[in-house]
Amino acid sequence: MNIQPVNENTLIIYFSESIETAVADKIARVIPFLRQHLGSYIIDVIPSYTSILITIDLIKIGLREIINKITYFKSYIDALTIVNESYNEIIIPVYYGLEVAWDAENLTRHSSLPFEKIIEIHSTTVYRVYAIGFAPGFAYLGNTDPRIAIPRQSTPRMKVPAGSVAIADQQTAIYPRESPGGWQIIGRTPIELIDYQRENLCLFEMGALIRFQPITKEKFISLGGILNTSDSNLISSTKG
Amino acid sequence: MLRILSSGPLSLVQDLGRYGYQNVGVTTGGPMDEHAFLWANRLLNNAPNDPQIEITLGQFHAEFTKSTMIAITGADMSPSINDIPIKAWQSYFINAGDKIKLNNAQTGLRSYLAIKDGFKAQPILNSCSTVTRDRLGGLKKNGDKLSDGDLLDYSETSHQIINRVPEKFIPNYTQQPLPLFVIPSYQYELFPKDQQSIFFSSTYTVSPQIDRMGYRLSGEKIKCRQPGIISEGIALGAIQIPADGQPIVLMRDRQTIGGYPKIGCLTNESVCRLAQCQPGSKVRFILKDLFQAEAEYSVESIFLKLNNGK
Repeated sequence: MNIQPVNENTLIIYFSESIETAVADKIARVIPFLRQHLGSYIIDVIPSYTSILITIDLIKIGLREIINKITYFKSYIDALTIVNESYNEIIIPVYYGLEVAWDAENLTRHSSLPFEKIIEIHSTTVYRVYAIGFAPGFAYLGNTDPRIAIPRQSTPRMKVPAGSVAIADQQTAIYPRESPGGWQIIGRTPIELIDYQRENLCLFEMGALIRFQPITKEKFISLGGILNTSDSNLISSTKG
Repeated sequence: MLRILSSGPLSLVQDLGRYGYQNVGVTTGGPMDEHAFLWANRLLNNAPNDPQIEITLGQFHAEFTKSTMIAITGADMSPSINDIPIKAWQSYFINAGDKIKLNNAQTGLRSYLAIKDGFKAQPILNSCSTVTRDRLGGLKKNGDKLSDGDLLDYSETSHQIINRVPEKFIPNYTQQPLPLFVIPSYQYELFPKDQQSIFFSSTYTVSPQIDRMGYRLSGEKIKCRQPGIISEGIALGAIQIPADGQPIVLMRDRQTIGGYPKIGCLTNESVCRLAQCQPGSKVRFILKDLFQAEAEYSVESIFLKLNNGK
């Protein structure tokens, strides 16, 4: 654990120099601990793969003092052990049909596997939330099976539809909103990942476990899934 | 009501920002120039978080339907009430029917129009700060900027004492090159010594690519030992150095995490000063001691955020 100030009211705690499951688990456990013990001083928290960024309320506490307090808890933080079993798996239904899997052709070409096999691999892996960012509710999920890992598009798309499930290298993610993006699209979920009106704002939190479940087109539509007009144009020309 | 006759290119409802949601990727938003924003509320004895209108570039024209007190701070946009010129950094009494006009920004880039007890806007996620990219905040809670014909409600107020900001707290927006103070942090040590000295001895120009997310600067290229890092949380004022070596300073609407190396962070005060720079302005970076910066920001926060016990 390495604590470094970054500006007048912000510090970052590094837990590792490499991305590891154990580190993601650790961070997921440290956040509620810090909120419980030091929550009244904390304005904002940003967990990521190997670090936690913390913004403090300078009116209540100074940087040296908060660093001392976190350091005081070091042995407690070190003792927060990994309890994977304590997480439920969140099941995300995904329609993997070709009209929404815009990059099916890229994926089959790159992996030399039939698309059915790619779907099977993608939907039988349990993923972990390593970070949330880029856009509200955009969760970086790892790790994708190396057999279906694929680099990002060389030119990002201007518009990726909301709910698109996509792969980039050894990570997979769901686009919560229509946005630009360069990940390779494998399917689409009808589930709303983020809803500003909902009490449970975001479906995921750091460290959560996710599994994708293939569904039919009928099920996708009955769950509120939307097929865009551009989907039908793409099915014939499935480009790269 | 304040009836907007002309919203200009970019006028936004802002309070101090949306805090506590960055863990799910929701940015803070808030006033680009927090210093000017807080002074405007202080001039009216408002709560520090009371919503105001941030007017970028100018060309804002509106009519008041009820009497109230207002204050304007920030950029000089040659403001007037009923075509009679007024001064920024001061409070004014407004009669029902008065019209306010802000022209083009002469110096600076953003003005703040504050009203007694704040504009009434429904908060979403505890804030009415407008973040267009996240579709949050503003009058309709959906991130829309203000447009012609919009109506903003406020409380009717009788005449109160006029306040003015002391001269020494009014920034000089014409200073060139503008000194920007940098706290060495994040990946500072990953920049070789010769690259650090280029960064701190060169003059940079504010490029045309500036928005509420970030300010792209152009000048001498800086190279980090590593092209990328493991994505991590981004603090206000962080100075990213992407592969092209041109610094990007991350502002109020910044993305929450990112994987470019960062040479440090601007102080809060320097973020406010940079937010008032137009494209073509010259800036220089100067090293600043972290704890000195913390002390200064703490003193300013206590002074401007704890006023009149609200």
